[in-house]
Amino acid sequence: MTTSAAIEVDGLRKAYGDHEAVRGVSFAVERGEVFGLLGPNGAGKTTTVEILEGYRTRDAGTVRVLGQDPGERPPALRERVGIVLQSSGTYPHLTVRETIAHWASLYARPRDVEDVIALAGLEAAADRRARTLSGGQARRLDFALALIGDPELIFLDEPTTGFDPAARRAAWDTVRTLRELGKTILLTTHYLDEAQALADRVAIVKDGRVLAEGPPAELGAGAARYRVAWRDGAGVAHERETDDPTGLLHQLTSGALALGERLDELSVTRPSLEDVYLELTAEAVEA
Amino acid sequence: MSDHALEAARTRQAEHAGAERWLGTAWRQFRIERKMFWRNPSAAFFNFLLPLLLLALFGAIFAGERAKLDVIVPGIAGMSVMSATFIALAYNVTLLRERGILKRLRGTPLPTSAWLAGVAANAVANTVLQLGLVILAGRFVFGVAWPSDWIALTVFVALGVVCFAALGVGLSGLVRSAEGSSAVVNLIVLPMAFLTGAFGPTGHYPQVLRAIGDVLPLKYLVDLMNAVYLHKEAIWSKPGAIAVLVAWGVAGLALAAFKFRWEPVAS
Repeated sequence: MTTSAAIEVDGLRKAYGDHEAVRGVSFAVERGEVFGLLGPNGAGKTTTVEILEGYRTRDAGTVRVLGQDPGERPPALRERVGIVLQSSGTYPHLTVRETIAHWASLYARPRDVEDVIALAGLEAAADRRARTLSGGQARRLDFALALIGDPELIFLDEPTTGFDPAARRAAWDTVRTLRELGKTILLTTHYLDEAQALADRVAIVKDGRVLAEGPPAELGAGAARYRVAWRDGAGVAHERETDDPTGLLHQLTSGALALGERLDELSVTRPSLEDVYLELTAEAVEA
Repeated sequence: MSDHALEAARTRQAEHAGAERWLGTAWRQFRIERKMFWRNPSAAFFNFLLPLLLLALFGAIFAGERAKLDVIVPGIAGMSVMSATFIALAYNVTLLRERGILKRLRGTPLPTSAWLAGVAANAVANTVLQLGLVILAGRFVFGVAWPSDWIALTVFVALGVVCFAALGVGLSGLVRSAEGSSAVVNLIVLPMAFLTGAFGPTGHYPQVLRAIGDVLPLKYLVDLMNAVYLHKEAIWSKPGAIAVLVAWGVAGLALAAFKFRWEPVAS
């Protein structure tokens, strides 16, 4: 099977005992794309990603990562993939530079150690022992170790969970740099703004299923179109969704003018990804 | 050259390059394990000071009793083999797993066998260093003779290393946390050391305790070390003891193979 897509997932299923964590997930990630799996905790994001990384076996479905089946754990695939796990440690008694250099020695064609230290923003901490790093610095080291093999594809599982705003921005900048380097990135997150800020395309996942998929802007603009809201002369709030806000506004404003009324709190909005996300995940809860 | 021969030559070349790479990876893992070992003061303490302290302690207790002093040196030497392999691996492998370091390594091209070789070589290096210290201290502090048969001693130390290293890795698969492994290891090691004669003869112990000691592997390692350290007995003079060590080693290997886990258990 030859393919241009970096990742292809079709009908993926995985259960732990009675609990079905992933129930028929399908999506594709193009090369050079930042793809976000967005969903609440327990949606099945990490299970999906860990199947793609080769950590877990699948119950059903087909999976291709850079044209290979990660379930067979081919060593050649691990040369081409970088992984940032949700949480994983490093050797506490090695310095940042020693750790990165050791990881470099595991790959056939690694990037330059000093380049990676700079890329991850670890220059100031390069000679510190790993056990003395702050949470943010440890996360940068995670990024560095995922990059040292010069991978084509990078998995980022909840890369900024627990970060303060400044550390999040720094991590986002790193992701953007990786994208500019032409890397393909699969990102999981439960932060909407993160998916919106970083991902070219997003799949919203809930209860082991993909509920919607598309570019963040289009997902937001998708089915719900424009929302026009106003308060009539009697002070009653109205809200209507429409494909053509111009016509509706003309109708509303001319009617109000004829009656000599004001349209208080008149607004026209396009639903954000957040609205779609909340709507979708809420529906899934009721179902 | 025919295409077939050319291809065979290429395959051989690739295999050769692969083997060289594997050796390089195992060697680098060994080097980094050594570096980390020396940077961890508590590990260095348990490896080098503890056997010497025990030796000093029992040396004081048995001062002037030549026969008992003689026995204590190979006994502590046997215990050194156990502490450098069984104790160190049970604790370290569990710690590496629970910290997520093993899981991270599993996501890289590092071959499992090369990693294990580096880690095992590190344990062997510690065994050799500890034994060296114990033998030197035995000779120059307590006046115990040099081991009577170096080759047989080396063979039995190697057997002990394989047996206890396998048991250590196997045990790590049974415990859920690094703290747990530390507790379990102490629970096993301390009574074992007393019951199996590492700290002196057990002939006067109650029957039940002797029976327990009789099934544990340390007793047989100490017996074998005694035989070749002090009495210049032939290497095959205790086939039963060798068999028991081999059996424990096989059990340890089976445990390691089936119970080894890459990912943190308690998360």
